[in-house]
This record gives sequence, structure tokens and C-alpha cells, in this order.
Amino acid sequence: MHWIILPVVLPAMLAPLIGFVMRHDIVLARTASVAGTVALLAVALGLFGMAADGATHVYRLGDWPAPFGIVLVLDRLSALMVLLTATLALLVLIHAIATGWDARGKHFHALFQFQLMGICGAFLTGDVFNMFVFFEVLLIASYGLMIHSGGRARMQAGLQYVVMNLAGSTLFLFALGTLYASTGTLNIADIGRVVATIPPEEAALVRVAAMLLMIVFAVKAALFPVQFWLPGTYANAPAPVAALFAIMTKVGAYAILRVHTVSFGPGIEGTEDLAATWLFPAAIITIAIGAFGVLGARRLMPLIAFSVLGSMGTLLIALAAFTPEATSAGLYYLVHSTFAAACLFLVADLVVRRRAGDTLTPRPPTVQNGLFAALFFAAAIGMAGMPPLSGFLGKLLVLDALRAPGTIGWAWTAVLAGSLVTILGFARAGSVLFWKSTATPAPETDTPVAAAARPLEVAPAMAGLAVLALLAVFAGPLSSYLQDTAAQLYDRAGYTTAVLTPETEG
Amino acid sequence: MEIVVASAVGVLTAGGVYLLLRLRTFPVILGLALLSYAVNVFIFASGRLAIDQSPILSKYGEASYTDPLPQALVLTAIVISFGMTAVLVMIGLASYLEADTDRVDLDAAAEGEDA
Repeated sequence: MHWIILPVVLPAMLAPLIGFVMRHDIVLARTASVAGTVALLAVALGLFGMAADGATHVYRLGDWPAPFGIVLVLDRLSALMVLLTATLALLVLIHAIATGWDARGKHFHALFQFQLMGICGAFLTGDVFNMFVFFEVLLIASYGLMIHSGGRARMQAGLQYVVMNLAGSTLFLFALGTLYASTGTLNIADIGRVVATIPPEEAALVRVAAMLLMIVFAVKAALFPVQFWLPGTYANAPAPVAALFAIMTKVGAYAILRVHTVSFGPGIEGTEDLAATWLFPAAIITIAIGAFGVLGARRLMPLIAFSVLGSMGTLLIALAAFTPEATSAGLYYLVHSTFAAACLFLVADLVVRRRAGDTLTPRPPTVQNGLFAALFFAAAIGMAGMPPLSGFLGKLLVLDALRAPGTIGWAWTAVLAGSLVTILGFARAGSVLFWKSTATPAPETDTPVAAAARPLEVAPAMAGLAVLALLAVFAGPLSSYLQDTAAQLYDRAGYTTAVLTPETEG
Repeated sequence: MEIVVASAVGVLTAGGVYLLLRLRTFPVILGLALLSYAVNVFIFASGRLAIDQSPILSKYGEASYTDPLPQALVLTAIVISFGMTAVLVMIGLASYLEADTDRVDLDAAAEGEDA
């Protein structure tokens, strides 16, 4: 039963060890970090298998019963998110090591492990204050990773990112204070139980708290109107870090999904209309901002950052419906868009370091132009949602789930038009980067030609694309698993009973 | 009592938000510090205000007590905000030394350059 806490404890033990003992030996730190991440992946697979039976496993820290002690909760959704984190982390870590990003500054691996600790903890916790603490852990690690290897633009973007998130954390605390004052509990399941007993006309304070929480999570998920930090941050972060950050926006989406189903969800009169009312229009505007940003970007990294924004809009439009069908479609798209965004950042990193900067202007072709063009093409069609990769299926599932009369017009228009504009943006960027460059003569200078990418440098991006292909091939079994996941998520009584019933045996 | 606590939270928040919207690092850091003071008082008050009462149950009688949980929460919040302020000061300082300006917004020149 102690397996549930391992995704938190393992990186938490490893990170200080790497930071203090192995800080002068990059080879040792790399070995430990990879070993730790592989072990995390193995644990995540084990937990995934454990949760697949549909039971809600509860881990009581210090064996205190639920509303008084802190609990970790493992159900299908948490297990899926932890597995997603571990898989992505391994790809990103191998890329960072192969390309030497990790050696460009200090403490990359220690921060990386702390980041994993925070993300896994946020996915597993069953208590909103504990979620705040894990958010802070993942944020403080992300501050360090964001400014890894320094540079003027990166430091300034990092400062903005930190200020934005500290303001968000303060808002989180205000939300928690309001919630505690009005319900007297901070356990996610217990909040749901208490809020359900509050008559709608007296629920004003709870509604304020629920809305504040949603704004906080929207900051993390980069939802309009608090999306403006994302393009600058992702475009200026080191590319492998930006690829890892692909999971960070999903932490926000996960938190909205968890808290606004279990605590304030459908069936709870006082608060059930809140999320759907505000989330849906915000998601549509987010798609529009993402699409126009992709079309208007003049550099490659901001272009990818805006496409991440568009994908968050598509994800949240599905989650905003708060029905099991739409949520399972949204979860498929969540898994897909995480890998698609990470792939794009990894491929872009390979290309950009062999060109002078990431501006979208024709430059002489780099080495292995054909290989990079093929990888970028594959990742871009994944992100934009064209067949045969999983982006197409993901968007199809989302569209299919959003067929209610009131939503179909807005949702279909936004998703389809957004996809079209995104395809245009990517097609333009790809043709400038890879086709027009072949017509540009190489300058007659004796600047050293960048080395060709070694197989290990290309492998993580290719593995990510392979995951997208596998998601498309095994879409059937996966989406039936995700339907079970969504069904379990909306079974609030099951969750509440599992968490709040005192454990009988030791 | 209530009016004092409520207006303290309000004034601290207002001052914090005003300073947060300035464009230079130092006022922004002060603003975030004020906001975190405001939220600490706010959380403290979320367990209801009580004077001269201990945060423990008495087993010897019907003595009234004050809610201990917000006190624990506020301790966590203070520690975290303290650490975060230290990180922010360091990053602000590094950003100032790197860019020779302590403006928080990215100017157009920095936007066009490569990292």
C-alpha cells in the first residue's frame, strides 16, 4: 500500500542527494537522474496497473483518518497523469542529457527531480491545501529550470513568470481561506460533502471560493484572460524545460477537473453552474488567441508556445462540458497534446541550435535538413490535428462529444477554424525553415558548420512521435479506458466513501 | 476587532496590488510581500476571531477554544512566502545585473533578440 507515496518520496530523496553530493560530477548526476526517472516510470506503471481495477485507493499519511489527516488518493485519473508525467520526464531528460543542456548551468538534475516531485504530488493529493504546497514545490523548481543557463531575455522572462505565479499563489491562499471559513474543511471529498448540504441561496461564499480556485487553476492552465504569461515563458525557457512544462499546464487542467467535479461538481446545487458558465467562453477565446498567435509569430519558439495555448483551449472546451463523454474525449486530447507539444519543442531545439537563432527567415540549410523537416512535419501535423496521428482523433472525439444544441455552434467553429489557422501557421513556418532555406545560398564565410545530430539526440523526439502514433493505433482500448476513468471521476459518492470511510484493517 | 482585521486585510491587499502593478522590480517585490501579509492575516481570521483562548480542547470542562487549523495553515503559508520572496529577490537581482534595467516588462528590443 505504500506504493502510492513513492512517486513523491523517490524524487524528493533523490533531488537533495543529486544537489549536494553529486553537484561536481555531471556523469554521476546524469546516471542518478536517469535511474530515478526510470524507477519513477516503473512505479507509475505499477500504480497504473493497481488503479486499473477501478477501485479508489486511499493512502492516509500518518494513518490519521481522512478529514483530519492528509490523504493521497490514487484513482484511474491520478494514475494516468502520473504515468504521463513519468514518460514525458524520461524523454525530456534523455534529450537534455544528449544535447548537453543540463551542463549549461548548475543543478539541472536536482531541480528536475524536485519538479517531478511537485507534479506527481499535485496529481495524487486529496487535499486542497496539500495541493497548494505541491504547486509551490513544482513552481519553485520550475523557476530554477526556467532561468537555467541564464541570458538576458531568459532572466527577464523568468522574472515575469515568477511574479505572475507568486500573485497566483497568493490568490490560491485567499481561495483556501474563504473555502475553510465557509466549509470548515480542506479535504477535496469532504468539501464536496459539506457543499452539497449548503442550500443554494446561502452558498455565496462557497461560490466565491470556487471561482477564486478556478482562476488560480486557470493561471496554471493558461486560460484566457490569464494566459499572457505562457508565450513569453515557453519561448524563452530552455527547450527541454519548455517540453517538460507541457505537463505543467495540464496540472492546472487536472486541478480544475478534479476540484470542480468532486468538490463543486455536477449535482451540487450551489456551485454546479460556475465552471461551465465561465470555462466555456474562456476556452473559446483561448483557442482564438492561440491560433492567431501561431499565424502571427515571427520566431519558432513563440509559434510553438502559441500552439500550446491553442491546445489548452481545445482541452478546456471539452472539460467545460462536465459530462463523462466530453471528459473522456478531453483526457485523450490531454495525453496527446502533452506529447505533441513536447515533441515540437524537442525538434525545434535540434533545429534552432544549428541555425543562427529561431527567427522565421530563410537561412542556408542546416545539416540533416531532410531529417529535421520530416520530424517537424510529423510533430506539426500531430499538434495541428491532421490525420494520421492522434491529434486528429483527439479533436474528432472532442467535436463528437460537444454536440449539445447550445454548444455545437461555438465549439465546432472555434475548434475547426482554430485548427485551420494553426495548420496555416505551421505550414508557413515549416516551408520558410526547411524549403526556402534550400534555395538560399550558403554564405562564403568560414564559420564552423554545426555538427550533425547524434542518434541519441534525435531519439527522444522520435520516441515522442512514436507515442503519438501508438496513441492513434491503440485509440480504441485507450478511449474505453478513459471512459472508465471519466465514469469513476463523476462517481462522486464512490470517491467520497473511499476517502472518508475509516480504514478497518491496519 | 472585526473591523480592524478586515480593514487591515483590505488596506494591505490594496497596497499590494498597487505596488504589484508598478513596472520596476523593487516595488513589485514589496507588493508581493504586502499581499502575502494580507493573505496571512486573512487565513488567520478564517478560523473565526477569538481572544484569549487556547487552540486546544480541554478535557476538564466545557472551555471554549480557538480553531488550531488556520494557525497551522498560516505557518505553512508564511514559510512558503518567505522562501519565495527570497527566490524572487535573487531572480530580480540577477535579471537587473544581466539586463542593466530593473523594468519588469519586456521591452521591444529584448523581444526581438535571441535567448
